[in-house]
Formats: sequence, C-alpha cells, structure tokens
Amino acid sequence: MSAFEDDNQDGVFPMKIAGFLLLPAGWMIVASAIVLLPPGAARMAFICAGAAVEVLGMVLIFRAHLADSPGKAR
Amino acid sequence: VALCTACIFLIPLAIAGLALINTGLGRSRSAAHSMLAALCVVSVAAVVYAAWGFAVQGVAGGPAHLLHAGGKAWSWIGSGPILLRGVDLEASPDFLIALLQMFSVALAATIPLGSGAERWRLGPCCVSTAILAGFIYPLFAHWVWGGGWLSQLGANAGLGRGFLDAAGGSTVQAVGGVTALAIAWILGSRHGKYASEGMPAALPGHNIVLVLSGCLLAWVGWMGLNCAGTMLMYGASPAALAAIAANTTLPAAAAVLTSVIMTRARFGKPDASLSGNAWMGGLVASSAGCALVSAMAAIVIGAVAGAIVTVGIEWLDRLEVDDPGGSIAVHALGGLWGVLAVGVVGRTPAGVSGQWLAQLVGMATIIGVVLPLAYLLNWILNLIYPNRVALQGEREGMDLHELGAGAYPEAAEF
Repeated sequence: MSAFEDDNQDGVFPMKIAGFLLLPAGWMIVASAIVLLPPGAARMAFICAGAAVEVLGMVLIFRAHLADSPGKAR
Repeated sequence: VALCTACIFLIPLAIAGLALINTGLGRSRSAAHSMLAALCVVSVAAVVYAAWGFAVQGVAGGPAHLLHAGGKAWSWIGSGPILLRGVDLEASPDFLIALLQMFSVALAATIPLGSGAERWRLGPCCVSTAILAGFIYPLFAHWVWGGGWLSQLGANAGLGRGFLDAAGGSTVQAVGGVTALAIAWILGSRHGKYASEGMPAALPGHNIVLVLSGCLLAWVGWMGLNCAGTMLMYGASPAALAAIAANTTLPAAAAVLTSVIMTRARFGKPDASLSGNAWMGGLVASSAGCALVSAMAAIVIGAVAGAIVTVGIEWLDRLEVDDPGGSIAVHALGGLWGVLAVGVVGRTPAGVSGQWLAQLVGMATIIGVVLPLAYLLNWILNLIYPNRVALQGEREGMDLHELGAGAYPEAAEF
C-alpha cells in the first residue's frame, strides 16, 4: 500500500496534496519576483511572501502527517 | 593542488562519522544493516555521480543550458559529457572538483539513512541514492556551484554577491536533510514508536560510544570538507585554511555547549545523544559560511545551531516524524540556518547589499523545489519498489531479516 493510499481518509490526502502544491507555488512567486520586478521594496516583499507560502505548505504537510501517522506503523 | 587533494582525502572521515552516528543511535538488531547500507549508498552515489551526475552539475563557466527571462540568461542545468569524459585526470582543477563532489554526494546520500533507520530496505535505499546522486544533488549543486541561476543572483538581479555557500551547507547538508524528511514521511514511523494517542515512546540508541566517536571523526572530515570546498569553489588561498578550520571547530564547540546547558536545565543531566547531534549541527551550520564570517560570528552561528537541533529533534518527535538518527534537525535545520546566517552575520564588501535576500531565495529553492522533487521521486519509487520492510522483518531486526545474521552474534540483545 502506498503512502498516499494510506492517507485517503478524513481529508488527509487533499491536505497533503495542497501542502505539496504550495511549496513549488511559493517558489514560483519568489522566482517571478526576481525576474519581473526591479530591485526595491516590492521585490523584497514578494520574495518574503513566496517564502511565507512555502511555510504554509509545510504546516499543511505536517498537519496531514500528524493526522495520519499512528496508522502508518503497520 | 597537493594541499587541496589532502583536504579532499579527509572527507571520507565525515562519512564514516555519520555512519557510526546513525548506527549507534539505532537499535542493536539493525546495526550491521546500518553500516552495510552506508557502504552501499556511498558506492552507488560515487558510481552514479561519476557516470552521470557530474555532467548534470558541470563547473562554473562550463557547458550549460540557458533559460532567457527578464532580459537575462540564466543557467539552469549543466550539459557536459557523461562518464567524466573531457576531464583531465592529472589533478586538473576540474577533476579535483569532480573528486570533491563525488565525496560530497556520498556524504549527502548517507544523511537519509539516519531518518530511515530500522525500516528502510537495502534495495530501495540504493535506488533512492541513485536518484539523489544522479539528478537531485547535481541539479541543485549546478545552481549554486556550477555557475547556475542561484550563483547569478548577484550579477543578474543585484542580490548581494549571489547565493553563497562556501562548503555545502545547502548543496550537501540541506539537500540531504530534506531528502531525509521526505524518506521519513514516506516510510512512516517505526512499529511501536507512537501509540494510538500519538505519544512518542523512547527507543534509545544501542551504543552512545559509537555516536560520540562518530562526532569526533566527523570533525576531522568536516575540516577537510570546508577547506577543500572553499579553495575549489571560492578560490580561498592556503593562508585562509587556519581560519576556516577555526570557523569549523568554533560552531561545533558552541553548539555542543549550548545543548549540554539546555539539556542539563531541562532534564537535570546533560543528554549525550542530543549533545552529539548538536555537535554535528554546529559542524553542518559552519559549512556555508566558514570562509565568510568572523570567529565571533562563528560562535554565534554554532550556539544558535545547537539550540535549533536540541529543540528541533524534540519538535519533530512531537510531530510524529520518526527520525532515529536526528538527520532532519541536524542537516536540514542546521544547514538552512547556516545558509541564512551567511546573509545575516557574514562579511559583506562595501557597496554590496541584499545578501540576506539571496540567501533567502536559496532556502526557498530547497524547500520549494528540492523537497517536493525528492518526495515525488521517492514516492514513485515506493509504488514500484516498496521502501519499507514488512512488520515481521522490523520485529526481528533488519540484520536477521535482510542479512541473515546479527551484528553482535555472541551478545544478548542490548
């Protein structure tokens, strides 16, 4: 049984997927800010916002793992 | 060249130290499996990196694929010949870089063994190492050391001097650490580690002497790693090596003292395994900035790393991430902190600003690209070739189940 199949209950699976999607989404914000914005406060704010999105993604993944964990030790 | 080669030859001691730490922090019934797994992943990493990974990574100024965005050319992946073709084997700088990287990727591959201890089967563990050494590590190392887009942040985007990592705090330690996190998530916890209400059970390591001996061995290896990395990647002169060795030792010393004080205050007595892990955390945090910070800053970096590792191990345990070797807190958290510290307390030439932002972009790349990539590839591997040993194998121990004999046949179970 796969790790994701184990999780497919009580919203754990969508939460984990959402968390893992937020990680590259946050990085895309960071990369876009570097390429599209000139040096200054706006670019710094977007880079920090991208990092914050990644932190949110990590929180979701840890919460999903915590909700699922005891059943994993087969 | 001779001095640099001698420093590179010390790096296997860091790998040996890490293998001993992972073994000592596990239970005796999986000790032989742990050491054999270390030998196997080092072998797989060296072969795969030499055959394929070095071509993906490349060297600064070497052939690479470029992506044009915002009116600038960004190098995103190396395009050199595979099988080390075109590299002069007679001690050329490129070959020394390939040798350093071969040892570095072996060190990075040893890190996830700590988080997957006592339940990660040998075969999948070797395939996972091939993925790390053949693609994930070289890709990120190209971005940092191969003239890639992170190193171009200074010239192309005006962010400090670009992302700085003198000796592998991000490329080796943080990449290995987040891979360890992905492995721990995919494998799940050891049987009996968490009861149904989620309270963690103590499953203490079987040999703290191995752990602390490993810490001392790793210290020597880390001096070689930091000196060789700084010379080859940032052109440090031999005169700077004494300062680099000091900036390697001071963070480890500050980290272990911080952990001893914290655990003494918390539990009434110093905790040997947490203090050993804090020592390693100090070494890890030293890597990124060993040539870029003052001695006083190195002590501060180490003290913070010691606190992060001591708290981080307990924090991860409460979040039910079963990491017997402490790899995630030591290498991921310690490595990321070391990278950020370069931007916060590192020496910056006059007129250069935004270094901390360049370091933050590098950290965001590790979390936003390397971690999901490592998880996705290992998750697919787990579908094809299950990573985790069966419950019966876990109960009888990895030594008997996978190797047919225990590490200590004449001794009772520790």
